[in-house]
Amino acid sequence: MYRIAKKRILNPTVTEMEIEAPLVARKAQPGQFIILRVDADGERIPLTIAGQDVDAGTVKIIFQVVGATTEKLNHKNEGDFIQDFVGPLGTPTHVEGLKKVCVVGGGVGCAIAMPIAQKLHELGCEVTSIVGFRNKDLVILEDEFKACSSRFFMMTDDGSYGEQGNVCVPLNKMLEAGETFDQVITIGPLIMMKFVCLATKPYDIKTIVSMNPIMVDGTGMCGGCRLTVGGETKFACVDGPDFDGHLVDFDEAMSRSRAYAAFERHQHEETCNLFKKEVQ
Amino acid sequence: MPPKYKINLDLVKCPMPAQDPNVRNKNFQEVALGYTAEMAVEEAKRCLQCPKKPCVDGCPVNIHIPEFIAEVAEGNFEAAYQIINQSSSLPAVCGRVCPQESQCEGKCNRGIKGEPVAIGRLERFVADYHNEHASADSVKRPTPNGHKVAVVGSGPAGLTCAGDLAKLGYDVTIYEALHLAGGVLVYGIPEFRLPKAIVQKEVDGLKALGVKVETNMVIGRVLTIEELKEQYEAIFIGSGAGLPRFMNIPGENLRGVYSANEFLTRSNLMKAYLPDSTTPIQQVKNVAIVGGGNVAMDAARTAKRLGAENVYIVYRRGMEELPARKEEVEHAEEEGIIFKTLCNPVSIGAADVTDPRDPAYGTVASLTCIRMELGEPDASGRRRPVEVPGSEFTMDMDCVIMSLGTSPNPLIKQTTPDLVTKRRGEIEADEDGLTSIEGVYAGGDAVTGAATVILAMGAGKKAAAAIDKYIQEK
Repeated sequence: MYRIAKKRILNPTVTEMEIEAPLVARKAQPGQFIILRVDADGERIPLTIAGQDVDAGTVKIIFQVVGATTEKLNHKNEGDFIQDFVGPLGTPTHVEGLKKVCVVGGGVGCAIAMPIAQKLHELGCEVTSIVGFRNKDLVILEDEFKACSSRFFMMTDDGSYGEQGNVCVPLNKMLEAGETFDQVITIGPLIMMKFVCLATKPYDIKTIVSMNPIMVDGTGMCGGCRLTVGGETKFACVDGPDFDGHLVDFDEAMSRSRAYAAFERHQHEETCNLFKKEVQ
Repeated sequence: MPPKYKINLDLVKCPMPAQDPNVRNKNFQEVALGYTAEMAVEEAKRCLQCPKKPCVDGCPVNIHIPEFIAEVAEGNFEAAYQIINQSSSLPAVCGRVCPQESQCEGKCNRGIKGEPVAIGRLERFVADYHNEHASADSVKRPTPNGHKVAVVGSGPAGLTCAGDLAKLGYDVTIYEALHLAGGVLVYGIPEFRLPKAIVQKEVDGLKALGVKVETNMVIGRVLTIEELKEQYEAIFIGSGAGLPRFMNIPGENLRGVYSANEFLTRSNLMKAYLPDSTTPIQQVKNVAIVGGGNVAMDAARTAKRLGAENVYIVYRRGMEELPARKEEVEHAEEEGIIFKTLCNPVSIGAADVTDPRDPAYGTVASLTCIRMELGEPDASGRRRPVEVPGSEFTMDMDCVIMSLGTSPNPLIKQTTPDLVTKRRGEIEADEDGLTSIEGVYAGGDAVTGAATVILAMGAGKKAAAAIDKYIQEK
């Protein structure tokens, strides 16, 4: 069992937790992920690591409530325990030797993009950050991004905060103006990462994407997380989760990510109903 | 020594009581129900007590087979258990999953004319009898010898190695990557063939001996072999062969294509077969399992139980060449699994939908195969399957499960530069299981590639003896 040391509500659907897992904290690096189970009968879900405190022995996760498991997790409070917490899994994001990077985060993906931007900043890299959200209420980690970025763009779909438009708007503007980067690192919804890759491709700027497909064990055993990269089948859990975005077959990845959409919706509704009953 | 009992001259084995095929293919309870005491005694009396004991040579761990059978014939079931227990640590498991027809029973003299003695069924009976009657406090905790050993992986190799070392007084810690101990015994082999309560009993037995089990520990990531070496005098790696292979044919990444590992893990470990499970598994009508091993049979029979109407085994050689245990093939046939032998998939077709928002977009709709015929024997001695040109045909399919074997997990190799491995990632180890690193031993599928429970168990035993010798002589 793993204790929840801290819980912070970042916005109505996104929560940050620090989980006591000293061995995982000791090894965790940006870009790696963990797998957790909330309770004894729960499913295993992967979540990317959003930071760690080695001295406190805690690992930070940030999650959006999208299904039954994240709903159950969100009902846990400081001092409560979760059943299983395993990691760090996957290969860390490559950050060494980069001088000028554009980090593009979308929605809850910003939770993973932020520690990467921080790490790059620590290593002396010039960081440009572009973050995008659906609206003002969903914005997270703005101050953290600002602190480690030399340039910062806030975008919202409806224009309720920052500039109106998606993350590709400022990116395209910079690229068209002749701006170059050693690398673009993008984390967010598949459709957003696909369009960021389409934007950088003509300029031949290496673009790293962080894939978060459906997986069961996270150690290479099930192959459920496989995706096509440069015509080859790769396992996100052991070969990734970072890949060269220009080589990823996003359409296939999007299709695979919807494999259990109907089941998950149903499970989420059932879970919500259970919690509602408890309240009544 | 001639038997004390009057030999039962019946040419066939005492039949195994089993659930009716049309009942069991809709539930997940155990298929074979086990012998009664009377059946076991009668079957035991078929053993001739041959002086040369060919059956013992056929057993990878050399169980004293005629001796334990003689005790069964006399009704001394606990004594029979103690004899098996000298050589095997998991008899309740092996009695159920060993390929006896190519091991002990394959060598049995009764098999020359008629059926061999049902050694596997007797082993299972004896183990179940013991588990039912032995009391928990009969376990004597050995005197600690003060030496610490780490075991990586809690499958058959790791459990056996840990058990043998614990009995000698070692302080053993097992590190398991998943949330539950048992390895392939819990994620791979279905409940209807190996009830999980039996595996749990084995794990609990080890804990009673003082073995510590640390779950959620992916060695290579959270701790490396180097770091374990700082804390333990010796390490045994039994990390198995967990990496599934695919065919690299068009359509293999469509939704509805599973590795057998994923399909079985969802159903077994994550309990997707239970109605209230939180882990989803696809509900399908037509499903093809590609491959002919035990894992393929397990996947096919699981799919049938989950409600699939037509379940096909697609295998490129013939019925005779199926590598699965004979009993599994028979059970699968009885349960209505359709065997498409001498067929090999060439592509998987997608649903004819172009709008990505359509739920059917990117899902499996068909499987195209080519017919095969058997040519000259290949290096393995089996006749090589060759394609019959122009014989492609397509079947409606909404799920395809790839059961083509597995490769060793690469995580330990990747983070242990000094560990020498072979081409496919198998860890190099000598007869005793010693790897290229002093004090580090390995065994089971991690060394051999995908093989059987009993071979992994045998490797765990050998390594335990070698580790004991290494530490005592240090």
